[in-house]
Amino acid sequence: MTVYKFKTPISEEEIRKLRANDVLYVTGTMFTARDQAHRRALDYFKQGKPLPLSLEGLAVFHCGPIVKKKEDKWTIVAAGPTTSTRMEIFEDEFIKNFKVRVIIGKGGMGKRTTEAMAKYGAVYGAFTGGAAILAANAIKTVKRVEWLDLGMPEAMWILDVEEFGPLTVAIDSHGNNLFTEVQKKVEENKQKIYQKLGLSP
Amino acid sequence: MSNIIEKVAFDLLKSSVIYLPEDVKQALQKAYAEETSEAGKTQLKAILDNIEFAEKYQAPICQDTGTIIFYIKAGAKAKDLDKIEEAIIKATRRATVEVPIRPNAVNPFTQKNSGDNTGRLIPWINWELVSGDEIEMTVLPKGGGSENTCIMGMLVPGEGIRGVKKFVVDAVMKAGAKPCPPNILGVGIGGGSDIAMKIAKKVLLRPLNALNPDPEIAKLEREILEAVNMTGIGPMGLGGKTTVLGVNIDYAYRHPASYPAAVAFNCWAARRATARISTDGTVEYLTHKS
Repeated sequence: MTVYKFKTPISEEEIRKLRANDVLYVTGTMFTARDQAHRRALDYFKQGKPLPLSLEGLAVFHCGPIVKKKEDKWTIVAAGPTTSTRMEIFEDEFIKNFKVRVIIGKGGMGKRTTEAMAKYGAVYGAFTGGAAILAANAIKTVKRVEWLDLGMPEAMWILDVEEFGPLTVAIDSHGNNLFTEVQKKVEENKQKIYQKLGLSP
Repeated sequence: MSNIIEKVAFDLLKSSVIYLPEDVKQALQKAYAEETSEAGKTQLKAILDNIEFAEKYQAPICQDTGTIIFYIKAGAKAKDLDKIEEAIIKATRRATVEVPIRPNAVNPFTQKNSGDNTGRLIPWINWELVSGDEIEMTVLPKGGGSENTCIMGMLVPGEGIRGVKKFVVDAVMKAGAKPCPPNILGVGIGGGSDIAMKIAKKVLLRPLNALNPDPEIAKLEREILEAVNMTGIGPMGLGGKTTVLGVNIDYAYRHPASYPAAVAFNCWAARRATARISTDGTVEYLTHKS
């Protein structure tokens, strides 16, 4: 396990250094995107419409934060990760089209995303689900918000972060996926569990 | 009286999203001490740090402050029972702005977020009529990630309790990392399809250190707890021996032809708060004593 501290924009070369189980901290620009923002970004891409900012080399955070406006200034109150699998249907295209390098969320992602990460150079950083205040602490400022019409949780919040983490590299750019490994072990343990409960035939 | 009810509902909402109940905190500390997986231990450390930060900064533990669910034990002779619903709606709107809690009520047809955590039938209120003149109010802010893995099944009556055991462990293995483990499981058996889930969710309110009054069911709870912790899913699904902190089971009698069972998942941020309002307006906070 190695600890890495990266600054955005992150290059493909840098991201390829990371291996599953490493720990990563990100400093720089990060933006939030859930289902609706992913869908809209991909729709814009299809229509040739420009996004509000270039996403290349940035970190995308699967998060619907609680944000408070005080004297025209937004501040993040709580910002833990949401379940990433909901974004599985969008993420491969998202990585391919926008060249984001770090996907941050909880619960892991599937085969399509793992393959896209290996092909285009990106990693999945698992942030502790529910650890909203740890995350909020690392968010220094809200640079701006886009697509607020999608609602507070679904909008794209563009954030300035300092040593955002710890992120466990759960999917690296070499085809390794920690969550899949754990799932395999769970499958192996299944018969033992059935036996303990007297469920085996 | 309705002002008092509104204040209590607001206070419960606020304290529930900021402070975890003692029994949950203790269970997480114990899990951290006992966890052997490196990734799992890192996750539990982040969880404990986060709980401490939330208390220090008076901010919600998790950004998903859930769907707002209330349980009311209404004394038949209590005053202003007809004002409770309105008071809860007002308190929820106020808490959304003042705590703040995240607007989490969305119209399923238009996908529009109401912005204030209220909407048709939300906050959801479970009513129970009891004797006496007191009102006991509990709030359960129920996170969405763990709600998405809740499951209800109509099992085979001939399989009996064996069927329930398999149903629960299969549900945990299928859920994996999704419900933010370590989880608390509420298991409801019998009644009917809706009743089983209602029971499952309600039994999540039982503290982790409170033993099931029925020794046979208490034994079953322990057996299932040990079994699901053999899965290796671990904290946040990154591997380890702490997948579930507690299994709470309750039941109703069933129809001879049916065997309904339900599993309600709660995330590690298992928030709940309860208060009792006396007829003279005095309030006793039962879960969060300040």
